[in-house]
Amino acid sequence: MSSNGIRDRVAIVGMGCTAFGELWDKGADDLLVDSATEAYQSAQLDPERVDAYWLGTMGSGSSGLMLSEALKIPYKPVSRVENMCATGSEALRNAAYAVACGAYDLVMAIGVEKLKDSGYSGLVSGQPPSDGTAPSMTAPANFSLLAPAYAKKYGVDEDTLKQVLTRIAWKNHRNGAKNSKAQYRKEVSMERIAASPKVAGMLGIFDCSGVSDGSAAAILCRAEDAHRYTDHPIFIKALSFVAGPAEGYFSEDYDFTTFPEVCVSVEDAYKQAGVTNPREEISMAEVHDCFTPTELVLMEDMGFSPRGQGWKDVLDGRFDGDGPQPINPDGGLKSFGHPIGASGLRMMYEMWLQLRGEAGERQIPEPQLGLTHNLGGAPGRCVSFVSIVGK
Amino acid sequence: MAGIVRYGSYVPYFRLSRAAIGGGKGERAAASYDEDSVSMAVEAARDAVRGASGVDTLLFATTSPPYAEKLNAAMLQAALDLPHSVRSLELGASSRMGLGALLLGADVAAAGGRALVCAGDVVVGAPGGARESQGGDAAVAFITGVDENAIARFVGRASATTEVLDVWRLPEDRFAKQWEERFGAQILAPVVNDTARRALEAAKVEPTELTTVIIDSENARTTAGLPGYLHLKPEQLADPLTTSVGRSGAAHAGLLLARALDQANAGDRILVLAVGDGCDATVLEVTEGIDAARPVHSVDRWIEAKRGDLPYNAYLKWRGILPFEPPRRPDPDRPAAPPMARAGTWKHAFIGSRCEACGTGHLPPQRVCVKCMAVDQMKPEPYADTACRIATYTFDHLAYSMQPPVVAAIVDFEGGGRFRCELTDVDTEEVEIGNELEMTFRRLYTGEGVHNYFWKARPRR
Repeated sequence: MSSNGIRDRVAIVGMGCTAFGELWDKGADDLLVDSATEAYQSAQLDPERVDAYWLGTMGSGSSGLMLSEALKIPYKPVSRVENMCATGSEALRNAAYAVACGAYDLVMAIGVEKLKDSGYSGLVSGQPPSDGTAPSMTAPANFSLLAPAYAKKYGVDEDTLKQVLTRIAWKNHRNGAKNSKAQYRKEVSMERIAASPKVAGMLGIFDCSGVSDGSAAAILCRAEDAHRYTDHPIFIKALSFVAGPAEGYFSEDYDFTTFPEVCVSVEDAYKQAGVTNPREEISMAEVHDCFTPTELVLMEDMGFSPRGQGWKDVLDGRFDGDGPQPINPDGGLKSFGHPIGASGLRMMYEMWLQLRGEAGERQIPEPQLGLTHNLGGAPGRCVSFVSIVGK
Repeated sequence: MAGIVRYGSYVPYFRLSRAAIGGGKGERAAASYDEDSVSMAVEAARDAVRGASGVDTLLFATTSPPYAEKLNAAMLQAALDLPHSVRSLELGASSRMGLGALLLGADVAAAGGRALVCAGDVVVGAPGGARESQGGDAAVAFITGVDENAIARFVGRASATTEVLDVWRLPEDRFAKQWEERFGAQILAPVVNDTARRALEAAKVEPTELTTVIIDSENARTTAGLPGYLHLKPEQLADPLTTSVGRSGAAHAGLLLARALDQANAGDRILVLAVGDGCDATVLEVTEGIDAARPVHSVDRWIEAKRGDLPYNAYLKWRGILPFEPPRRPDPDRPAAPPMARAGTWKHAFIGSRCEACGTGHLPPQRVCVKCMAVDQMKPEPYADTACRIATYTFDHLAYSMQPPVVAAIVDFEGGGRFRCELTDVDTEEVEIGNELEMTFRRLYTGEGVHNYFWKARPRR
């Protein structure tokens, strides 16, 4: 794919993020008010100065009215966007382009999801009337398909692969334990993770991201205006987004050990940002660890590990919070939680904190470039978003 | 002369042992949670339809119709991709209608037509009763015609109709009732003997000339005296499959006939007799064509490929008798009529498409090729009988199912084509990448009163 990119043309000058979790006492509107208010304060901004809004929610509401009504936005443009689990990033991407093209001076991207009102386990999404032929597979089942395929292709035995997946969950819990906004703030032993009740295939409960409520928001402006709002803006180096043709569902060429959509979007993002050696140049990343095998495969798709070697890097601790290339330092979807529409912006929130040196006890020393990766769909049929940000 | 041209049978994978119910010898066949009389009849008919053409009439007999109103035979037409011009008729209300349908198929053949005759039943009895224990679930299908290649010809027949309160069920009742068996026998036994005699006379066949005698009755006492009346030897009597399948309602006489044909030689003569508010009987003579037309699956092959440890409570849950804790997931949506109609041959007959520009197979059928992006250059590609293998798989403990976990796999078809689908009749410990599968027609679930039929994959049986 080809893209021109908007490297260093747009800055993030304020962010807010609620705590994620089972927030029985908050509705989606409360969450929007909380994250927006924090973002305004972070940019030391009168809300009236924001010109336009992009709201991401997968299914907690509809239309821009969901936001304008909650925040009482006085007659301004509010777009509601949706791109499955990459919805939050999609709000950010569209908001960034609106600033880059000069249509608006100051915009907000905000994402929200209220998942815990349904009363069901896991993720529930309403579908349009159908012919009834789609298999009734849940999200963990779809992503668990990666595990046996990876094991077989690279000759990793099942016990070793289980150790690898367990270590990913363990690492993300360990990171989340240092995050006061995370849904799960406790370290969990590898024994307990490995022995957790099965959800799908090789995956136990602890291999799955948290189902949670939450919201996150970002305020964006043109790069040259950034210092009007904050002394420490962060700058967008790359934004890439890809929707696949679902080739993996049709073609036996796809082997369930990679996401072609991710490979294309990450390559595009590296080109925009001028990254040639991601294993060395990317200081940290928030990736879409919806389920542990996803994070494993992403390490290879991102170019952080050579093909078939990601499992070794995981076991070596390369991606630990204090490792050479920390992945999901805030706990990731696994531990911070996954309120769909908010997740992409929550990833950016961690970049915001880390690049500004505000990440507290999980602060990574002198990060240069951070990457966020947000995925929606399932192996074989998905959308993929990649951003690269820096100072 | 009218005859049977092809046939097929089906016995579901699961067995409920009578010991698990509380006593008795052997086991009964139990339709899985995703099967019914229609889906099983499709499975039986696939073997019969393969290699046979020109069916102009479709007959379906069952006492367990999935829809009380709506032609169930229409789903058979769709699943088997029979021509739209086919005439269809449905028979029910008595298990005798299985043989009744076959004889009607003989009439169609005699009139120059070609009929696909299907019978299937899910036999449900009240817990603790004889029908629950002695019943079984199965299906059978025959194609009738005047073909020179008929494998067996109808050489004589007779029928009788008798109004008697022997076995009955109201439309709103789950379970049938029966009067004292001895009473029914007193009325019907003479009718049975007379009908058998007339059929043999019409066929000009002596009882001693019969290779196999198939006797099927809802009330076994009605036929207890027939072997003595005809002076039959024990070896002439067909095994009623009591301990391996159970009596499979409208399908049973046909199932026993299919098994007799599985084992028949040219020249064999077979008497088939079924009882229920009267009697039907016919004599068949097996021809030289038998060896060339045997189905892929014999009845015994179906019987042997089984899983025998179905727990009684799972069986009761599957039949809707025992309430159970639902999963903490939304109930499945009912399929919607217009999308089902648009999906046409895909949903019912599992016909995908193949790109004529580059040869890529597509399941479901697509307008735009996933490889070369050619638009509207597809031809239909049937996949129901194409061999396929597991590319990767999972066990979904979270998805809604009557038998968790849902076993799901990415399935690659020989000759190109991939599909993501559910597996059924599968033991989780036997699932591996590369395993060979075959497609099977199932009722996935019933949502808001609408049955959702589609295809799943199963290990080769």
